[in-house]
Amino acid sequence: MNYFRIFLAFLRVSIYVETAYRINFIIQLFQSLLNLGMTLGGLAIIFTYTNLLGGWQPYEVLALVGVYFLVGGIIRLIIQPGMEELIESVRDGTLDFRLAKPADAQAVVSLQRVEIWEILDIILGLGVLIYALLKLGEIIGVPQAAEFALMLTAGSIIIYSFFLILSTLSFWFVRVENILVIFQSVYEAGRWPVSLYPGWLRYGLTFIVPVAFATTIPVEALTSRLNWQTLAGAIALSIVLFIVSRIFWKTGLKRYSGASA
Amino acid sequence: MKPLVQLYIQQFKTTLAMMFQYRASLVIWTIGQVLEPLVYLIVWSVVANSSGGSVGSYTTADFAAYFIVLMLVNQVTYTWIMYEFEYRVREGILSAALLKPVHPIHSDIADNISSKIITLPIMIAIAIIFAFAFHTSVAPAPWAILAFIPVLLLAFLIRFILEWTLAQAAFWTTRVSAINQSYFVAFLFLSGQIAPLTLLPHAVQILSLLLPFRWLINFPVELLLGRLTMVETLIGIGAQFGWLIVSIVLLRTVWRAGVKAYTAVGA
Repeated sequence: MNYFRIFLAFLRVSIYVETAYRINFIIQLFQSLLNLGMTLGGLAIIFTYTNLLGGWQPYEVLALVGVYFLVGGIIRLIIQPGMEELIESVRDGTLDFRLAKPADAQAVVSLQRVEIWEILDIILGLGVLIYALLKLGEIIGVPQAAEFALMLTAGSIIIYSFFLILSTLSFWFVRVENILVIFQSVYEAGRWPVSLYPGWLRYGLTFIVPVAFATTIPVEALTSRLNWQTLAGAIALSIVLFIVSRIFWKTGLKRYSGASA
Repeated sequence: MKPLVQLYIQQFKTTLAMMFQYRASLVIWTIGQVLEPLVYLIVWSVVANSSGGSVGSYTTADFAAYFIVLMLVNQVTYTWIMYEFEYRVREGILSAALLKPVHPIHSDIADNISSKIITLPIMIAIAIIFAFAFHTSVAPAPWAILAFIPVLLLAFLIRFILEWTLAQAAFWTTRVSAINQSYFVAFLFLSGQIAPLTLLPHAVQILSLLLPFRWLINFPVELLLGRLTMVETLIGIGAQFGWLIVSIVLLRTVWRAGVKAYTAVGA
């Protein structure tokens, strides 16, 4: 597993750097807890007035919150930092150094930065998810767990490919640094089941900015709401998008001429 | 007064030129401003529909009106100074502003108003589309519409001065993100952005009366929705004036101490 060793190397660098700024850990913990508290507070208010939100029970929505934090953590831990770095390095020409490495450049670029403290969101998200599942009291069988893992992987690949496609736009239009911010504000909508939203918004959150695949669909797998068509569709989409993003990367790279080098 | 007017006009031209340069950021920013109230609008509508058409004194249409008006009030009073100030202090850019013969807050206010002039028509158009899409409308009394204008203006001023003051935490620490986020969370709950304040637990409602946030968002919104009596409106305006004075005093005190603490890192 060559890529895994590359990832471990970048992870080690990130840990070395961050242990010099240990206070960041406290600050990140504080912010993560604040964020979680805010989300739970909002849920608590809403569920004092109803006990079923668009067909979802409170603890099912809580499980969704867990996955929302978990996937958000994954995005900010490894996906987004590397893509931000890519956009920046295309602009100032430092991408040269990445291309000169003796490994697949897309892998190096994707793994080049790890925001280690985001792991807190992943841990918190997992904690909330497990708590919600225990409270739901449903026995999660092997099929549901497997479907969940499968959908979480497909969702992550879809999000990664989406980020990569957006970031490679920097090869054509140099100033795209704000483009990733779109995702952050749209991702907030993933805190709620997408089935609540009216058709146009649900469509947008599924196919334009694929938030639904990252949050709602994995939870649907856990709560046995998922039909096999969605399952197959998500897997197919993750494969197609991954290939398309690879094409975007290859085509974009041909245009790269090293801005200041 | 004349130099100040000139400053505002010049800042308007500069901001306008910059905004046309960064059209994409404008679109991205608009999506964020619209999506959050829209999500809560939808969530509360679903709740209202599933509990017989209303929650408390809010029907499905009332929720829609509440969050659409909230979107506009938030847009008018919104500031981004807390993100920017830390950068200015860290990079030493503030030094240049300190040399100018006017208080730096003026160019920030002018910049804020200028970009609002451009974005407000977009937001109003979106609000009208939403009003049709969610079958809702507002019909406030003429006096309420009249009162809404100064109330909104006061809300803008207080929010601007408060957030400008808070942004100066950057003079003492470069790690302002935790402070900013605490402020935003408090703001979200206590200003009525998550739910109309009357739906929150009693203790939170009491707390919201003692803090500035509700007077910046929830109060103007409820006024335009025609949910307030004249007496309640006058009390609210009184509270706004109180907070205006408090925020100006805070601004002056903190600014004086902050400039002393400023070491122009990076310059």
